[in-house]
Amino acid sequence: MMEKLHLFVNGEEIFEEVPSNSTLLWFLRDKLGLTGTKEGCGAGECGACTIILNGKAVNSCCVMALEAAEGHIQTIEGEAKNGKLSKLQREFIKHNGLQCGFCTPGMIMSAKALLIKKPHPNRDEIKEAMQGNLCRCTGYEAIIDSVEAASREGE
Amino acid sequence: MDYNYVGKGIPRIDGVEKVTGEAQYVQDMFFNGMLYARIKTSPYAHALIKKIDVSKARKLPGVKAILTGEQAYQKLGIYIVDKPILAVEKVRYFGEAVAAVAAVDIDTAEKAIELIEIEYEPLKALLDVEEAVKPDAILVHKDLGNYKTIPDVFFPEAGTNISNHFKLRKGDIDKGFKESDFIIENKFHVPQILHVPMETHAVIAKWGTGDKIKIWSSAQSPYTLRNLFSIALNVPIQNVDVTVPYIGGGFGGKAGIHLEPLVALLSKAANGKPVKLVATREEEVSTLPCRQGLVAKIKTGVKKSGEIVAEEIEYLWDAGAYADYGVNITRATGYSAVGPYEIDNVKIDSKTVYTNHLFGTAYRGFGHAEIFWAIERQRELVAKKLGMDSLEFRLKNLLRPGSITITGEPIYEQSGNVIKCLQTVADRIEWGKPKSEEEKESEKKIGKYRGKGIAVLGKAPAMPSNASTSAIIQMNEDGSVRFNVSGIDMGQGAYTAMAQIIGERLRIPIEKVHTVFETNTDAAPYDWQTVASRMTILAGNAVIEACNDMEDQIFEMAGIVLRAARRDLALGDECVYIKQFPEEKIYYSQMAVGYTYPNGNAIGGPLIGRGKSIAQGLTILDKETGQGRPALDWTFGAHAMEVEVDTNTGDTKILKIVTAIDLGKIINEMIVKGQIVGGVVQGVGTAISEELKYSAEGKLLTKSFVDYKIPTMQDLPDIIEVHCIETPQLDGPYGARGCAEHPMISITSAMGNAIADATGVELFETPFTADKVYTALNK
Repeated sequence: MMEKLHLFVNGEEIFEEVPSNSTLLWFLRDKLGLTGTKEGCGAGECGACTIILNGKAVNSCCVMALEAAEGHIQTIEGEAKNGKLSKLQREFIKHNGLQCGFCTPGMIMSAKALLIKKPHPNRDEIKEAMQGNLCRCTGYEAIIDSVEAASREGE
Repeated sequence: MDYNYVGKGIPRIDGVEKVTGEAQYVQDMFFNGMLYARIKTSPYAHALIKKIDVSKARKLPGVKAILTGEQAYQKLGIYIVDKPILAVEKVRYFGEAVAAVAAVDIDTAEKAIELIEIEYEPLKALLDVEEAVKPDAILVHKDLGNYKTIPDVFFPEAGTNISNHFKLRKGDIDKGFKESDFIIENKFHVPQILHVPMETHAVIAKWGTGDKIKIWSSAQSPYTLRNLFSIALNVPIQNVDVTVPYIGGGFGGKAGIHLEPLVALLSKAANGKPVKLVATREEEVSTLPCRQGLVAKIKTGVKKSGEIVAEEIEYLWDAGAYADYGVNITRATGYSAVGPYEIDNVKIDSKTVYTNHLFGTAYRGFGHAEIFWAIERQRELVAKKLGMDSLEFRLKNLLRPGSITITGEPIYEQSGNVIKCLQTVADRIEWGKPKSEEEKESEKKIGKYRGKGIAVLGKAPAMPSNASTSAIIQMNEDGSVRFNVSGIDMGQGAYTAMAQIIGERLRIPIEKVHTVFETNTDAAPYDWQTVASRMTILAGNAVIEACNDMEDQIFEMAGIVLRAARRDLALGDECVYIKQFPEEKIYYSQMAVGYTYPNGNAIGGPLIGRGKSIAQGLTILDKETGQGRPALDWTFGAHAMEVEVDTNTGDTKILKIVTAIDLGKIINEMIVKGQIVGGVVQGVGTAISEELKYSAEGKLLTKSFVDYKIPTMQDLPDIIEVHCIETPQLDGPYGARGCAEHPMISITSAMGNAIADATGVELFETPFTADKVYTALNK
């Protein structure tokens, strides 16, 4: 059954119709074409599909699209502004906080949600907040370095 | 030598695309009219397929194609062709693909899968390699003797479950044991584990008119995929066009050929509509292949002096239901069976054994992480028997210049320095420093004991002796360049290393070196496979040759324009100039597509450099003795580890890992260190938690990230310290050798040795879960 959905994605107002059983991940990727958000497991166990919903990091594979009604969503596509990378994105590149890049959008969204809540986390707090985001390539150290660097003042 | 780019920690060239989510993976690709596929898998480990009824599924609106083993019967395999695209007559593992559907959307495809009715007659499952090699064992494949393989390289034993038996004989094993003062025998186990790329296998295929087939796949090896596809489905190779966009990790699991033929056949059955199949995580775990399991039996003869005089090893590899790729792991671990040690009398039997487990394939380390669990634990146990410090015992026996390996290959200075690696990590972990009385007291009081372990590692690429690659560099109109290689950068940073080499060699700013991340067999030059830590060394050499080729063309054109002999010319920054009169120069941008004189005359033409490289001097190994030259380059290394074991609970905590790898020459320090840390942590997963578990009937129990745990940020050791040792490889680019797989080898053995040091408990089986350690402590 199709239902009406009204929400904001990366600052843009969206009116759409979606099947009532569709996930937010499907809505973002297949309906809106925002494929920066990845599907790694479809069960909320890997964090690859992490987006920010109303200021909090969520696994978009475990949220129904209709649950996000009237909400404000940020995906990785909304992170760079006017063709300029955010500090978080720049630090991921500078510290080599990525390899294959598949977990990276989810990692950056998780990190961003953490920094909204806690602007200057220590390494243990980063590990605690981001343990739900799996990465098989980097061994995480460089990701933690990137988030730590992004939390420091200045460019 | 001071370089502009080589050796520097330059950020990866694919960074922007990846941090913005713009990098496109197969999962992210959509085509008009595209259908979605799902597969129906076997609920039994071993069963006859009595009947498949697809009539209800066919009636479901939106279903466009259904296949079973009746249509998709063709066999696949890179080294032994033994795996049907869909099961034919019987299933050999839980999770095996039995039928497949393509439909207008995923929901319809899933419904159709549920409507397919299959009647099975369950058979007794073979779940133990030691049972499987007995003469009266159940046969997993009755036709093994008829399977196509590479003669003189692999040796299947018809009428058994052994799909390859690699033999190596050196010296006189009986004499060696006779001369030994001690003989120590042990048996070690390694369970099957998973690759866990964050991106599951994904394929889109379109079977066009006239058998023109287009495939987009998350594959490590577009050319080998194309070749195997063409052979399996009997279509001309030039009709098959394989594209590999960004891929989300491979670790060996995306080498060779996997779901591509199935998806292509579905497209054919659906009148050529494009069909997409993205494996679910459960399919990634239970249908797609894993790392093989191992049972290792080692018998070592030593003299009181600590010299190893004889070693007899049997490796039984649990290949699972199909040996496709696995037979070569058996061979590779056969010729490096004793690790980087010099032993005069050796007898090795390495066997690929069919069972009804999930089938195995290539995995980072290609069997070496598994055998080094056995080798480096055995070294520790032998040193203990001798009453000798295990560092001293290893140093006495390790390969050094002048040593001869077990295949008869001489070791030189330029072969790499395992001794330096081991000494580096031993120093950094403060090997041999005794605990203070206070520390001992405190350990006793709280029940948490600390211990240290060391282990060496070594591996060479395992590949056909003629594995080759190539590179093309084309100069753009503004003097920037674009290069193409078909080895895939799946995150390891290889393309960044290639860009650095080109920037260095042609004196072009790295920002002006561009590459193509979407590799396509109709456009990009040949490469065998992106495996075996071979890309930096082989593709690096091909890229250098392509630069040399372009330099020749630059000098030829510039020589005419500048009226100078070649010997008088040199490359400057983005230009060529006369050495004696440096102001007499031409910029690359003036020559990129040909040089034009003021009067309009033009000479030359587009600058396109071509380079190639092939493994040099490798031989087929002798069938009976395994003697010959199998190794393009040996990469050696070592780990030292300090752990803390809570004897109240069996919990272990890694306090520090020190890793040293002799990679010849660093091309990109930041990227290579990142890769080493990643490999170490992947190794930590195999040490602390990773293991496939089956029920007594052979049903896979570990099908999700809840049941199969890979390391999270919370599982990191407190300290990971990386040391790059640089003993140049004379035939490597700038002296570099491969090191992609190596960091994860011997992590388990260093940790097992550290647990033994901490508690006195000797473990013979990975992983070291708390229950396993606790049980061993309380035995």
